[in-house]
Amino acid sequence: MDLRELYQDLIVDHNKRPRNFGKLDDATYFAEGFNPLCGDQLTVYLYVDAERVTKVQFEGEGCAISTASASMMTEILTGKTIAEADALFELFHQVLIGEKELDDDTTSKLGKLAVLTGVRAYPSRVKCATLAWHTCQGALHKKQEAISTE
Amino acid sequence: MTSTATNTAPVSADQVTTWRADFPILQTQVHGKPLVYLDNGATTQKPQVVIDTVSRYYETTNSNIHRGVHYLSEMATVDYENARAVIRRFMGAASDKEAILTSGTTESINLVANSWGLDNLKAGDEVLVTEMEHHSNIVPWQMVTQRTGAVLKVIPINDAGEISLEDVRQLITERTKFVAISHLSNALGTINPVKEVIELAHQVGALVLVDGAQAIAHTPVDVADLDCDFYAFSGHKIFGPTGIGVLYGKQALLEAMPPWQGGGDMIRIVRFDGSQWNDLPYKFEAGTPNIAGAIGLGAALDYVTEIGIDRIAAYEGLLLAYTQQQLATIPGLTPIGTAKHKASIASFVVKHVHAHDLGTILDSEGIAIRAGHHCAMPVMEHFGVAATARASFAFYNTLEEVDQLILGLNKAVEMFG
Repeated sequence: MDLRELYQDLIVDHNKRPRNFGKLDDATYFAEGFNPLCGDQLTVYLYVDAERVTKVQFEGEGCAISTASASMMTEILTGKTIAEADALFELFHQVLIGEKELDDDTTSKLGKLAVLTGVRAYPSRVKCATLAWHTCQGALHKKQEAISTE
Repeated sequence: MTSTATNTAPVSADQVTTWRADFPILQTQVHGKPLVYLDNGATTQKPQVVIDTVSRYYETTNSNIHRGVHYLSEMATVDYENARAVIRRFMGAASDKEAILTSGTTESINLVANSWGLDNLKAGDEVLVTEMEHHSNIVPWQMVTQRTGAVLKVIPINDAGEISLEDVRQLITERTKFVAISHLSNALGTINPVKEVIELAHQVGALVLVDGAQAIAHTPVDVADLDCDFYAFSGHKIFGPTGIGVLYGKQALLEAMPPWQGGGDMIRIVRFDGSQWNDLPYKFEAGTPNIAGAIGLGAALDYVTEIGIDRIAAYEGLLLAYTQQQLATIPGLTPIGTAKHKASIASFVVKHVHAHDLGTILDSEGIAIRAGHHCAMPVMEHFGVAATARASFAFYNTLEEVDQLILGLNKAVEMFG
């Protein structure tokens, strides 16, 4: 078992210097995520303009995997439409829980996120990698549901 | 073989090697490296004699107890009751009627909270717990105080992870009806001054339950000397099977308490216009119990007695002292829980390295530790951390294993520092 498969340089770097870290005061969507198993918690903030994510920030405390995943997510989702963000979450999640093979096509769709797929060998850590993404989905869709009922 | 409760002769490395040979799982290779098992606070490993006793029961005497007239049932009943006697003697109880067999510490505490608590607590009464309790010695008391209108109060801890008897004196008043306190904290390793707390509680007529889940395998326990009203522990934390536990209660209290769960074995006569309860301890053992678990626990306690709990405590004291001294060499490491009286547990956080990452990195070296909140979220809150890493020892751990832990931690710091 090679630890470097899990803790690749990019992950260590994002953990040490998380991008887009801190509260986003004018967020249009935000949600708090919590992993009751380990006590990790983070908040994801999004600014969405005309169905397009223009800014994503996060704050909170977590392990290297969850921090790096959140940090990379803020970079990758910026500029994407909500539909594109949903599709990427779906793909990333399917790969991590082993329901989708990591073939060349998937790897290229995941882009930088592919470095996080090492967690597939560590079932207890998959939730760390998906915490920020689940939280992001919660933020985007809770708000949308609220809007749709108005 | 002979041994006595006062055997504290120094433990040689050869002796530990002999003990280790009793535990087949310790030969396991994890990720190609020898297993270093430092998660004994979560559960302990099982010696061959326990594994064999449980297997032999299923192979030769498996039957239901207290109800058959046939040979196997009689054999199983004798084995089960003999195990109860071993358990009773191990904790220093006077009578087998005071040794209720449960599924574990959690069920033991819930039994007292529901049977004694619902029957005796009323609005305005106070129940005291400490800030360092495991969730299983907090939540049952929250549930029962909510239902009865009683008030749950908390004995605070200081930054070393200790309670102060001065605080206890102030918090115990004539309104206090019950005190629930751990003997040895699973998250911090603190050994609480339970005897003194019991004395203070008894001065106002309050009862005391001691949660002995962590203490039982690491420090001598004598319920008569403590004068506690209830003592709870689990088999799996003292080298026995999972799913078996013990509730000690003073006989007069248990006699006065209503049954908690109803079913077979806990009754004498059942009629639709009213039933009569069985005698102690059966009144609190509804349904077919964990027979194999009880017999396995009996074997585990015999095994521990043969080694000597005082000897175990002395050796683990050396292991812990060495560990704490070595941990202090890790850059950025802060110990969590630095009480003067501690046993078997070293909790810590490392700057820039989350406990989960420590856990994964150590696992890759074959080292098993616990990372998380240890079912003691109020303790994490006190120290302002989301999680800690915890190495917890048993008498089969070695100084060399501690060195492995330190190497692994240095590797983690190197990776993330």
